[in-house]
Amino acid sequence: MKLKLRIWRQAGPEAAGRMVEYDLDGVSEDMSFLEMLDLLNENLTNRNEEPVAFDHDCREGICGMCGVVINGVAHGAPEGVRTTTCQLHMRSFADGATIDIEPWRAGAFPVLKDLAVDRGAFDRIIQAGGFISSNTGSAPDAHSTPAPKREADLAFDNATCIGCGACVAACPNSSAMLFTAAKITHLAMLPQGQPERYARVKSMVAAHDEEGFGNCTNIGECAAVCPKGIPLESISQLNRDLIGSLFKADGK
Amino acid sequence: MAVTGLIMIAFLLMHMYGNLKLFLGPEAFDHYAHWLKGATEDGGILYPVLPAGWFIWIFRFVLVLSVILHIWSAASLVLATRARQGDKYVTRKTKAQTYSARTMRWGGVIIAVFLVFHLIQFTIIPGSFGGNADEPHTMVVAGFEQWWMVALYAVAMVLVVMHVRHGFWSAFTTLGGNTSSRAASVLNGLAWIVAVVLYVGFMIMPLAVLFGVI
Ligand code: HEM
Ligand code: SF4
Ligand code: FES
Repeated sequence: MKLKLRIWRQAGPEAAGRMVEYDLDGVSEDMSFLEMLDLLNENLTNRNEEPVAFDHDCREGICGMCGVVINGVAHGAPEGVRTTTCQLHMRSFADGATIDIEPWRAGAFPVLKDLAVDRGAFDRIIQAGGFISSNTGSAPDAHSTPAPKREADLAFDNATCIGCGACVAACPNSSAMLFTAAKITHLAMLPQGQPERYARVKSMVAAHDEEGFGNCTNIGECAAVCPKGIPLESISQLNRDLIGSLFKADGK
Repeated sequence: MAVTGLIMIAFLLMHMYGNLKLFLGPEAFDHYAHWLKGATEDGGILYPVLPAGWFIWIFRFVLVLSVILHIWSAASLVLATRARQGDKYVTRKTKAQTYSARTMRWGGVIIAVFLVFHLIQFTIIPGSFGGNADEPHTMVVAGFEQWWMVALYAVAMVLVVMHVRHGFWSAFTTLGGNTSSRAASVLNGLAWIVAVVLYVGFMIMPLAVLFGVI
């Protein structure tokens, strides 16, 4: 395959960026999107040019490191497909296609270089409450705390969020409500999450706002691009817990 | 935002229903208008729970408060979000955003301007477009005999019901009502029904006046 790539190049956090065009030949349709970028970088390195910086780690859709906006869509999945950038294959593109590649853009995700952004804000939201406190020591019996099937399934579905940030990238308000709601719902559905449930929702939402994410207006772009299919309903669960927490003394 | 929006939607439904009184004849319409203001023989709405004429002022107070709080929360929401948005994408494709959702902000501002015009016409300087306040139906008839007035309302009401369409769904979701993908379809379905009912219910009366049915 032969491609025309238009890639956002930005030398550093403070530098001005711009789209730069590259022609790339010899792309196989079996390559993943990141392998295609590897090929480009190899060519750039051979030509003594600066390779394109992009984030990646597992390359199997579970770590959440990769993620760029491809032709205006976060992770660039074709209609009806849920995938991370690393699991997107070049067969999804036509030979000779022009592909625009941009970093996540959100006030709380500053660009570090080219396509790599700092998603540290997510870590700080997790630190604000995305955990349970339990004593260490001998492990309790697995069945000593029964979890109802429906709630356990919901918790598991929400626990599949990999923190990639596509929801923020796609949101016209740059809000991270879907991410925060996935974490809240995951822990709120399980017995182990109950003791800190209402304090958690207050501090995580406060941390979300503190980090400079925008406000949710229920548009739904986030859920449409989420590679893990976290549903918009999770945000309503967060809102129910938040409204409930107003009537509880827990937390700030 | 959600609570004040829903108060206004409830008001719109009531307002629309009240306007349809004109189909029962001018007396029925005028009687209803005076009754709301406590200016009828029997002391009007909620008399004797409230002294005659109190209801309308309490009602107006709640509505004005709703409008002010709604605009205030909209403004603070928008300003906070603007400050937090990232740079614009060079290429951007939306997958879920509806036209209504996209026009909430500017649509809302235009609705506010229309609301001021509407209130001047019928409440603040009653009869400024014809008719007199003692017989409210004359103001309606004088206004909507003008084709451009009907056209203006027809366009403004499209904006209103679009705002209501996204607003209804959004308000219930904000309040935690979107409990499953089925609930999402139900809420969106209801939002469409409310929007269509409002549009038809509001516009049928001016059109009837324009075409001389009333
Ligand atoms: C007076 C002028 C108005 C302005 C400036 C205005 C502005 C706005 C704005 C900016 C939003 C947030 C939109 C978003 O989701 O991004 C909004 C939401 C909403 N508006 Fe209005 N609006 C006005 C009138 C109305 C009226 C007349 C109604 C009711 C019929 C209404 C009902 C709603 C509802 C229910 C919401 C959703 C609240 C939520 O998201 O929880 N608005 N409005
Ligand atoms: S909710 Fe989905 S899109 Fe957002 S961070 Fe989690 S996995 Fe990524
Ligand atoms: S590199 Fe780990 S999810 Fe894509």
